[in-house]
Amino acid sequence: MRDPQAHPAPRIEPMPVDSPLTGFRTLLYKEVLRFWKVSFQTVAAPVLNAVLYLLIFSHVLDRHVTVYGDVGYTTFLVPGLVMMSVLQNAFANSSSSLIQSKITGNIIFVLLPPLSYREFYAAYVIASILRGLFVGVGVLLVSLPFVDLPIANPLWVLAFALMGGAILGSFGVIAGIWAEKFDQLAAFQNFLIMPLTMLSGVFYSIHSLPQIWQNVSHFNPFFFMIDGFRYGFFGQSDTSPWLSLGVVGACFVVLAALTLAMLGRGYKLRS
Amino acid sequence: MSMPAIRIRGVTKSYGALKALGGVDLEIAQGEFFGLLGPNGAGKTTLISSLAGIVRPDGGTLEVMGHDVVGDYRNARRNLGVVPQELVFDPFFSVRELLRIQSGYFGIRSNDDWVDEILASLDLTGKANANMRALSGGMKRRVLVAQALVHRPPVIVLDEPTAGVDVELRQGLWHFIRKLNRDGHTIVLTTHYLEEAETLCGRIAMLKGGRIVALDTTGNLLRRFATHSLRVRLQRPDAGLALGGAVVEEGGWIEFAFDSYGDVESLLARLREAHAGLIEMQLGEPDLERVFVEVMNRA
Repeated sequence: MRDPQAHPAPRIEPMPVDSPLTGFRTLLYKEVLRFWKVSFQTVAAPVLNAVLYLLIFSHVLDRHVTVYGDVGYTTFLVPGLVMMSVLQNAFANSSSSLIQSKITGNIIFVLLPPLSYREFYAAYVIASILRGLFVGVGVLLVSLPFVDLPIANPLWVLAFALMGGAILGSFGVIAGIWAEKFDQLAAFQNFLIMPLTMLSGVFYSIHSLPQIWQNVSHFNPFFFMIDGFRYGFFGQSDTSPWLSLGVVGACFVVLAALTLAMLGRGYKLRS
Repeated sequence: MSMPAIRIRGVTKSYGALKALGGVDLEIAQGEFFGLLGPNGAGKTTLISSLAGIVRPDGGTLEVMGHDVVGDYRNARRNLGVVPQELVFDPFFSVRELLRIQSGYFGIRSNDDWVDEILASLDLTGKANANMRALSGGMKRRVLVAQALVHRPPVIVLDEPTAGVDVELRQGLWHFIRKLNRDGHTIVLTTHYLEEAETLCGRIAMLKGGRIVALDTTGNLLRRFATHSLRVRLQRPDAGLALGGAVVEEGGWIEFAFDSYGDVESLLARLREAHAGLIEMQLGEPDLERVFVEVMNRA
């Protein structure tokens, strides 16, 4: 036991910081490593899931349906399945990581270090995008033997994949922070994300719907993500890719602002 | 006078109607081994969490090594290592991976030598590559300590670090923490084991209802509050009670409190005069537990 008056303490300095970005990079690395360590569950399983959709729907519908004039149904379906996988897995990554950390209590290891809320947001969302892309590329690669898929505008493909992943990654952060138990998160996933994805035109062109449902589809932001992404492959889409880009971009800005505001206030993280 | 390791001024925090901290002022000098004691709900963890930035106080300021925990949170947190009370861990990683990741969060990438030193000091070298799920509770507790130290913080806060920990680990942990204190680290300890606090801490603050109700060196607290005691078993217990003794529940013992050993002689003389019939007696030293009980009763 030291008497600080009688024996002044030797001055201890904390270890010097290597780079101001090291904290952010480490959180990103940890989030990627987290899903990569269980990649059978987080990457391989969703790829298999999407391929099952592809096999079943293409078997039933390929000879009966063509889209955009001469595009076969299976070919039409692949970009939708890829984007659906990107979106669902981006959401799953940030939301499951955060709720697990909150429930087990290890979120404290991220809250104690000198990380800003912007770094926190960026790391969780980028990791979500990466998981979405891993799964999306997996679905694409496994689908290629079944279809002859054109890529008319790769930049559109990339832009919508990145923005869709970022939107759902942000959504996952919000859900992961808001939910206090797995049941609440499952409700978010099953009653919001899943219906919006399924009804977004993954499996059909909205032009095949009655007019009223075509109009309703335009209130679903997931429709614009899928449609814009599909435009990148076929150079054709249900609606203007610029409108899709505008809607998706606006959604991202609003969700990012909302998520950053929650994190900045420490909502449910710092009491 | 050098800058304090911790400076807390007028910190308040309420959760609805519950006032967790009611205006806490406290300074802890660099190099101190400081104890923060209080019953459950006294506000110890809220105060520590405020210092760590986990809880946002309603009012007041907190500084770690001169850095405000809100306005200059990056430097405040770089100077602080916190061992949380709950036994939490990340099940995805091995011990070494966790320590590397935790170092990275603090902006440090190349501290393998220091990490190896921590692992060796906490007897974790053999478990460095084991997954956290494979460790015993005591091992996990040591990893928590290691995680708090990866950035070599000048100020280390241990929130109930030995709760539910076996004697061997407890002694090993205190040996290591004492060494860190000798090396110059400021240690702040909360514990319900008052013997530990008495042995380790040079200065102690006691909290009750979110306020500091006693703050002094351990020696002064023992002198100021604790009295010596004489326990006796008598053939005529009523005679002892008539002289101001109090019944102790176990074994028919009667206890007398006194300030100095000089009082023992006169007390025994009065018992003899009252023909109380002394069968057995024990002298009790002042200890922190008595101080704690007395302070809490007075507050």
